Amino acid sequence: MTALQHAFSLPLSTWRSAVYLVAIVGFVLALKGLSFPRHARRGNLLGAAAALLAVGMTFSAGTVSHSARNLALAFGAMALGSVVAVPTARLVKMTAMPQMVAMFNGVGGGAAALISVTELLHGHGIGVSPATYVIVEAMLGVLIGCVSFAGSAISFAKLQELMPTRPIVYPAQQPINAAVGAGILALFVTSVVTGSVAYVFGVLGLSLVLGVVFTLPIGGADVPVLISLLNAFTGLAVAASGFTLGNPLLIVAGTLVGASGMLLTRLMSKAMGRSLPNILFSAFGAVVTATGTAEGLDGKVVKTSTPDDIAVLLAYARKVAIVPGYGLAVAQAQHVVKELADELMTRGVEVFYAIHPVAGRMPGHMNVLLAEANVPYDELKEMDEANPELPTTDVALVVGANDTVNPAAVDSPGSPIYGMPIVHADQAQHIVFLKRSMRPGFAGIDNALLFDDKTVLLFGDAKDTLQKLVSSVKAV
Amino acid sequence: MTGIVWYLTIFVLAAFVGYEVISKVPSILHTPLMSGSNAIHGIVLVGALFILGEAAGPAQLVLGFVAVFLATLNIVGGFVVTDRMLEMFHAKPERAPSPAPSTVAPAVESPAVPAKGHAPAAEESAPQAPGAESRGP
Repeated sequence: MTALQHAFSLPLSTWRSAVYLVAIVGFVLALKGLSFPRHARRGNLLGAAAALLAVGMTFSAGTVSHSARNLALAFGAMALGSVVAVPTARLVKMTAMPQMVAMFNGVGGGAAALISVTELLHGHGIGVSPATYVIVEAMLGVLIGCVSFAGSAISFAKLQELMPTRPIVYPAQQPINAAVGAGILALFVTSVVTGSVAYVFGVLGLSLVLGVVFTLPIGGADVPVLISLLNAFTGLAVAASGFTLGNPLLIVAGTLVGASGMLLTRLMSKAMGRSLPNILFSAFGAVVTATGTAEGLDGKVVKTSTPDDIAVLLAYARKVAIVPGYGLAVAQAQHVVKELADELMTRGVEVFYAIHPVAGRMPGHMNVLLAEANVPYDELKEMDEANPELPTTDVALVVGANDTVNPAAVDSPGSPIYGMPIVHADQAQHIVFLKRSMRPGFAGIDNALLFDDKTVLLFGDAKDTLQKLVSSVKAV
Repeated sequence: MTGIVWYLTIFVLAAFVGYEVISKVPSILHTPLMSGSNAIHGIVLVGALFILGEAAGPAQLVLGFVAVFLATLNIVGGFVVTDRMLEMFHAKPERAPSPAPSTVAPAVESPAVPAKGHAPAAEESAPQAPGAESRGP
């Protein structure tokens, strides 16, 4: 028998495992590609191709396709899922990307939890008494998957501003969280000891509660880090359901995401100058002091100006730093801000963008937006590169940023954002804020820089204001 | 019982690979990477398909159906959203080597200004602009 003939005589399940191995390699290469700007898009497409291959090959399994009814249901569910997911993902505004990721992550966690529950019930139904490790794996899948599902739902609601973005604190918060955790542990242990699978519903319910109470006290500005953590959780839940099903593809893909997601979460919190436990458990809320009025704590009043005056200031400056924030994203003002920058550059003004790593609602949010407007790469300066330039900058034009330029992060140890690295707009000769209102930033705290003597404010939608500035600069 | 040890071996090795593979990711790619890995765990769809295939009785059928639906949302939505984010990066690597616009003479810059913004532009740069253009190609 030749090697080729031998290969064709292998059972289909071996072929399937081999295709799954190819998909696994594809996923590893996809993650690697996503870590480099040049290969990121190709990496993502490679991941999608690997996923398509693996899903397609799955239908070769007798257990998947033996029942015409179940197969029809599977295709129906997949068609329904695609019909919902593609337009949602295609049409969502760039500003709403973070909550989109949260949602797609949460449903993945939910799916993993359902798989673990159903597999446990299935084994129960056909009279197999599950081994201890099977119960442990399934319970872990349910626990982590449900925490991810409920936590992502709360994150979605916070980012979508369906609920207050500020940390939600209530009396006896810690004891309540501890009680929920203890309840889950008790059900878990009881289930393992008695070998009864019925407790899984209790674990499911309490895990959903845990996901909610775990997420509520986390402040809006930290939600991106939370989403990254929940993303890693979903990966682990998927790995757990891979254990339950005995499927190495799910184990590897889930674990890859779990491990890389944990690392990414740490990198993100490092970019914010905070430790992960600090983000998760500091319960922010206690020290929040936001008045949201035009009057500062010591009775100072903000100075406002007109586009014409600011245009003169900008046009005769030598060096201008543009500090973009979430307001830029909301107003979709990335094209107008580039127009203003180009206009200033034709007049010989040196212009650069000072990009805080967590400006906007996600790390890298501003880079994505400004890349969309074709702002050249070398005009974008990361915070560490921009800060040494700011003392010699004439005008810092803060477009819809707030917390990322708040000097409280440097000089008031009591502030919830104390210790976060900021863009030092305060060191520029003049600071111009384009703001919608006096509403505080996402962290929900006042910004003393707004009341600084060097600061003037231009109220209004960032896009309108920038448009006015462009025409005023042209008229100067 | 050897099965579980075998799976644990895979799990531990995959954890190391996952940790090592993204060790040096620039902060601008944090979001796309998070979104891309979010899509990868959408492969839970494979597990959901096995569950639905074996499902017997209404309860399991419903649970399996919902699991396949949710997993499809995750995997399809995840890859599409990531692709949309990365769509905006593609022009960059070619742009990077071009001379720094902030330091060169302003006149060279003016052809790059959008046409509508150019018309009423400062007079002194207008006559130089065509010259810069003719030198360009």
